[in-house]
Amino acid sequence: MKKESFWSKPGTRSVLASLVAILIGMLAGGIVILIVGLTNPSLGIKGAWEGIRLVVAGLFATGRDATGALTFGFNPVTFGNMLFRAVPLIMTGLSVALGNKAGLFNIGAPGQYLAGTAASLYIALSVPTNVIPSWLVWLLALLCGMMAGAIWGAIPGMLKAFLNINEVLACIMTNWIAANLVTWFFEGSNLKNVLEGTKSGYIYKTATVMNDIVADGVASTVGANVPEGATIVATRGGIATSKLGLDRLFAGSQVNGGIVIAILLAIVIYVLLSRTTMGYQLKACGANRYAARYAGIQDRRNIVLTMALAGSLAGAGAALYWLSGNTEFFWSTYQSLPSEGFNGIPVALLAINNPIGVIFSATFMSMLSVCGQKLTELTAFNEYITDVIISVIVYLSAFMLVIKTWISRLHKGKAVNK
Amino acid sequence: MSFLIRQTLVYAVPLMVVALAGVFAERSGIINLALEGIMIFGAFMGVLFVRFVQQWGWFQAAFEAKNYLALQGFCALAILFAALMGAVFSLLLAFAAINLKADQTIGGTALNLMAPALVLFFIRILANQNTLNMYTGDAASWFMLKKAMFGYGRKDEMGFLGSTFVDKVYVATYICILVFVVMAIILYKTRFGMRLRSCGENPQASASLGIDVIKMRYAGVVISGALAGMGGFVYVLTTANCSANGDVAGFGFLALAVMIFGNWKPGNICGAALLFGLFKCIAASYSTLDINGDGVYALKNLNINTNIYRMMPYVITLVVLAFTSKSSRAPKAEGIPYDPGMR
Repeated sequence: MKKESFWSKPGTRSVLASLVAILIGMLAGGIVILIVGLTNPSLGIKGAWEGIRLVVAGLFATGRDATGALTFGFNPVTFGNMLFRAVPLIMTGLSVALGNKAGLFNIGAPGQYLAGTAASLYIALSVPTNVIPSWLVWLLALLCGMMAGAIWGAIPGMLKAFLNINEVLACIMTNWIAANLVTWFFEGSNLKNVLEGTKSGYIYKTATVMNDIVADGVASTVGANVPEGATIVATRGGIATSKLGLDRLFAGSQVNGGIVIAILLAIVIYVLLSRTTMGYQLKACGANRYAARYAGIQDRRNIVLTMALAGSLAGAGAALYWLSGNTEFFWSTYQSLPSEGFNGIPVALLAINNPIGVIFSATFMSMLSVCGQKLTELTAFNEYITDVIISVIVYLSAFMLVIKTWISRLHKGKAVNK
Repeated sequence: MSFLIRQTLVYAVPLMVVALAGVFAERSGIINLALEGIMIFGAFMGVLFVRFVQQWGWFQAAFEAKNYLALQGFCALAILFAALMGAVFSLLLAFAAINLKADQTIGGTALNLMAPALVLFFIRILANQNTLNMYTGDAASWFMLKKAMFGYGRKDEMGFLGSTFVDKVYVATYICILVFVVMAIILYKTRFGMRLRSCGENPQASASLGIDVIKMRYAGVVISGALAGMGGFVYVLTTANCSANGDVAGFGFLALAVMIFGNWKPGNICGAALLFGLFKCIAASYSTLDINGDGVYALKNLNINTNIYRMMPYVITLVVLAFTSKSSRAPKAEGIPYDPGMR
């Protein structure tokens, strides 16, 4: 009897529905790979089988052995990179989940993410570290990234609250406005990477140390090597998130303390939603804005606050990603929006908007992206198959309710059969 | 001037068609957020069609013999194929939104994620790079109208009308305009169009008059998909040299903005598309734009940043939304799954 009640719990059914969505998504990806493998004589069934194995277990792929067969085992690099890439996804996932809890579909996460990117990169690269200690600059950059995201989220929030404009449309517009503003902002800035002249179109990594110097009366910016006889006006950059010893655990990967902060923030949001008055008001607004107003909740204030909070989470995701120190931002972004923002949507949907669930669904998503990378590295297939899987999962989560009824019907059917 | 008009039309026409695609879906009661994704998919399929048919060699002879009529027919076929594939792809949205009563916003977002993913996956496998080009030649030499085709010599002038609307113009642009007009008439002046629009306002009332709401909504979404697929292909044909790379640079979302700005009405959409097309055109070429032919680049001298022109359409849309949200003519039942029992 006890077991029965466990299966009929709504929470269980939700988790089951998510798992079904994941399973069908993986299956769809596998079928696409199989079709491509069978129609492509150079790949064949063997190539397809390799592809499918990598999609499922790419996280454990260690390469190929002498005979050319795939080898599997614990790989600290892929594990660490999975955790590193999960950080922005956790944050944008939290952002979308928070919006959903308040009945607002925050498709504006890409724009908020960009706003956070611009603000945090600007602070990290322009505040002189010889005046302010670098840990304080790091903190400042994170806070400013959150602030910028909050402002960018508050705009559609205000449009929704005061002018009753659909937040989805407002968010789509503000996304593209952000893409153009950020391009404009960096186009005119002195943060474009010219010291390492290898790639064009990128902003300095935040770990790059720059010295503004005056030599023979001429001001210029150089890297860490300051020429003799020059006076240093200011030192900038050299900002990187603390590794917190995680780099020893996952040697050779990009993981850093960001993952710890992201998990802490997820817990904070969980507490906020389930244990505070504010969280209650927010959910009440989401359930029925007008009923909440009738109950004495300031619905307008709540909508703006929710969107600002959601924006600040997306902004924090951007800050934590770019402040890692060794990632480069491509600044001419007016034609494309960051996928981290959009991927917050599947993360939140898979987690059924539960902040703790977001941690796991985001890790799953970043695992998929690591698998995709392995797929590109080791086979003739490429990483876009993981995006196909993600999109199938989003598609399925659009009718999660139907899947849930199927599951409960299946369960009921079994009970009758007994 | 003729360059400005020509180039504005190049940007405005796909916008117009895709915005009308949005209208068809929304007027039938389904929010089609997937316009961008369907455009990407249609563009890829159109390019793929051109590439494969070129490989078969049927049109190589026509190209060498400069048989322009055959080449334009080929182009029209590719547009048709893109439209067809767009319609097929949009069935995914229709099925989820109509049969499964899914959240239409999320469904549309899923298609927007799926299209570039699928398309890039196959492009990488087919072409071993991130762009799929024509098999041979370029779009301009195969499909563009040139004054030489009408017996004009290299130095002959075609006059203002000729150089604006004939020389260096794709016939695809006119096909789109024609389709736009025909579809707008269908939506407003035929029984089918009336019925479709009624399903977006009050489906239960429509059903009570014997209209099959499900069928009408399917029709709305599929027509929407066809128009968006076609718009996507025409966009890459005219602006990206007939090559697909899983991206239409936010054009689908811009079309959504055009639709709102045009208040869901074809006439206004036409105007809005021209305005937004003008902004796109200015943003792309303002530094070398000589409007009245006096050799002065007036817009460049204004010293306004490109990015301002680029973001203008979105800002204008937000402002218009802010002022008109109270009198908006958005279909009343859009986004609400049809429930026959709710009367």
